[in-house]
Amino acid sequence: MTQNEHTVSSEHSHAHVHRDDIGAKMGMWLFLFTELLLFGGMFLMYAVYRFQYQMDFKIAAMELSVSMGTLNTIILLTSSLTVALAITAIQKGNKFLAVLNLNITIIFALMFMVNKYYEWSAKFEHGLYPGSDEMLSLPNGQIMFYGLYYIMTGLHGLHVIIGVIILAIMLVLVIKDKITSDNYVKLENGGLYWHLVDLIWIFLFPLFYLIH
Amino acid sequence: MANGTVAVSEKTFYEESTNKYSGILSWLLTTDHKRIGLLYLYTIGGFFLVGVVLGLLMRLELIAPGETIVDAQTYNSLFTLHGVIMIFLFIVPGLPAIFGNFFLPIQLGTNDVAFPRLNLLSWYVYIIGAVLVLISLVLPGGPIDTGWTFYIPYSVRTSTNVSLAIFAAFVLGFSSILTGLNFITTVHRMRAPGMGFFRMPLFIWSLYATAWIQVIATPVIGITILLVILERTFGVGIFDPALGGDPILYQHMFWIYSHPAVYIMILPAMGVVSEILPTFARRTIFGYKAIAYSSLAIAFVGYLVWAHHMFTSGISDTARWIFSLLTFIVALPSGVKVFNWVATLYKGSIDPKPPLLWVLSFIFLFSIGGLTGLVVGSLATDIHLHDTYFVVAHFHYVMFGGTGTIFIAGLYYWFPKMFGRMYNIKWANIAAALYFIAFNMLYFPKFILGYMGMPRRYFDYLPEFTTLQEISTVGSWLMAITIIIIVTNLIHAGLKGKKASANPWGGVTLEWQTTSPPPLHNFNRHVEVNHEPYDFSQLKELEYDSK
Ligand code: HEM
Repeated sequence: MTQNEHTVSSEHSHAHVHRDDIGAKMGMWLFLFTELLLFGGMFLMYAVYRFQYQMDFKIAAMELSVSMGTLNTIILLTSSLTVALAITAIQKGNKFLAVLNLNITIIFALMFMVNKYYEWSAKFEHGLYPGSDEMLSLPNGQIMFYGLYYIMTGLHGLHVIIGVIILAIMLVLVIKDKITSDNYVKLENGGLYWHLVDLIWIFLFPLFYLIH
Repeated sequence: MANGTVAVSEKTFYEESTNKYSGILSWLLTTDHKRIGLLYLYTIGGFFLVGVVLGLLMRLELIAPGETIVDAQTYNSLFTLHGVIMIFLFIVPGLPAIFGNFFLPIQLGTNDVAFPRLNLLSWYVYIIGAVLVLISLVLPGGPIDTGWTFYIPYSVRTSTNVSLAIFAAFVLGFSSILTGLNFITTVHRMRAPGMGFFRMPLFIWSLYATAWIQVIATPVIGITILLVILERTFGVGIFDPALGGDPILYQHMFWIYSHPAVYIMILPAMGVVSEILPTFARRTIFGYKAIAYSSLAIAFVGYLVWAHHMFTSGISDTARWIFSLLTFIVALPSGVKVFNWVATLYKGSIDPKPPLLWVLSFIFLFSIGGLTGLVVGSLATDIHLHDTYFVVAHFHYVMFGGTGTIFIAGLYYWFPKMFGRMYNIKWANIAAALYFIAFNMLYFPKFILGYMGMPRRYFDYLPEFTTLQEISTVGSWLMAITIIIIVTNLIHAGLKGKKASANPWGGVTLEWQTTSPPPLHNFNRHVEVNHEPYDFSQLKELEYDSK
């Protein structure tokens, strides 16, 4: 509670000297909570439609490439490891390793997006996108499956992109010594965000690729 | 009282800023929670007045059957905009963003919220949302005409600017989430030494419960809105029966947020009531813990009642009765509060100043709103009353009669602290009396109209409804006069009013223990709390002369 005892002085009228790492993390957790609920809404709809169109979901799911999905899962899981390593490195004051690991994380994230791009474009080539004639000729349940697939993985992809931007900012802050061994809460929060992106994928992957 | 020695600043927060700028920039770039609160006050207050003007226009249209001043399509846009502005721009952010921002840190005895810059960002996000709403009005396609509930399938079919307008609602939700997580963290991390959770004023408790709802419920409307936009742009089919989607699912998703949102609107108001009553009854609040816990109970049960908006949509009978039962259960914690408030007045030494008069109005109006809520919460009666004026009357009684009244009560209560000046008490009393009459004249006829079968959202009606509709319209004029009196009185006070003392009402929560207006860091001393929040034995020590 030492933060609160910071006394008031009229000279330092600007600059909130006050720093509260636990508070900062608490705020981040709350934010992640809202993200979970955002996706929670989608998971709810997935559950409803999966229940309604069990056969169609099964058939449509076979079209997805399990190997591509697995590859992306491995990439994303490893990137969660590297971001955690970056945090440990900065805690130990090893800037070089932190920078290295952050770079690797970003590269993994980009690889994920490239894979996603190929995956989606393969579907597009087969005419499987919302509103296409090909799509509209499918049974309702399959249309729904692909609709949910595009929305949920798309929304997740958007989060990956935001994550890359956040990680890049963290990288710059580490390089500029704004994040150091005694002030690294920003990097921890950035890492938390990245773990969230990873976590959501861990649910998306079985729901779309594995359950047949 | 004199705990610790601190350099004393004679300047108020108006004279000292958190940044190096002066003039308008010192406001636009401020991270001072008090200035941000005032920025919200001016913008939210402005939108409230716009919403009122739209309401008056609708009432004018309804003064006689047939087309009077606007055609059907314009009327559709009028009620939609009125609803969107009143809900998303006025009542949801209203109390937390204005009074919460200004008083949460002061009542906790600290110098700011946990994330001051994020706080300023929330205001900008609010402004962006508001600007998007305004842009959607003027773009080709025309203003949105779906009603504030954006129900599928019409919201996907209509050619008006739905996407932009609801995207604005998405953005406003973001602002609400950021404020919510800021407040939760502030309550957990920044309480002054000695301020345990059960020494927090009840306004803080209610803000805390509200903040949780904001954080938990708002993302759901976020995703729902995104889906409607995707549906409009790509035709994915999630809610389109032709492609296998389910339009009722939209209603579920919408109300999963929007019903808890109703409690986002009312809980802070209940908190303000629990501040004002003890001050003017000069005794501690009756049942402090019961009130605190009932806020949490409302926040929790409020989640589980959303489908009572959908009794006529064709959901299953089992679902209907469960939701009806749960709806009755929310009435319990609300009732606990009302009884505690009334009990607080009992044997108090009552000082009928304007804020108290507004609170009394509130208790009356809100009770009518709450009890008629049970009427529409019952399955059998709801079949008859669903989508009629009865519902319009009910939600105006709770939102306007409840939260709206308290918005004004809060202004009257905290105005001297925020601006350091006092308004004209006589005019404030007149306004309170007029308001009560105007309000009932404006909305009570709507209960009867609804019972007689007048549907909501129509610009025209059968001749037999004319008399009641006329009474209601005249009531709306009286309301307009009342609002003009209130606003003029306050603006006049802000510019020319008498200087207010630090504690004009004899309150004992921390905001009354600092100067009016407060200094930049809220207190010129080190704050330590060693009293219950409403312990009036302190009043002797505080510089209060009851003249
Ligand atoms: C002078 C003040 C006001 C007047 C004259 C007024 C009048 C009206 C009228 C005539 C309607 C349309 C009824 C219909 O045709 O279905 C309406 C709808 C509505 N009002 Fe008000 N109102 C006022 C204040 C408020 C306030 C303070 C709030 C919220 C806090 C509010 C929230 C709403 C909402 C949510 C709707 C429903 C819109 C829809 O159907 O989509 N109003 N009001």
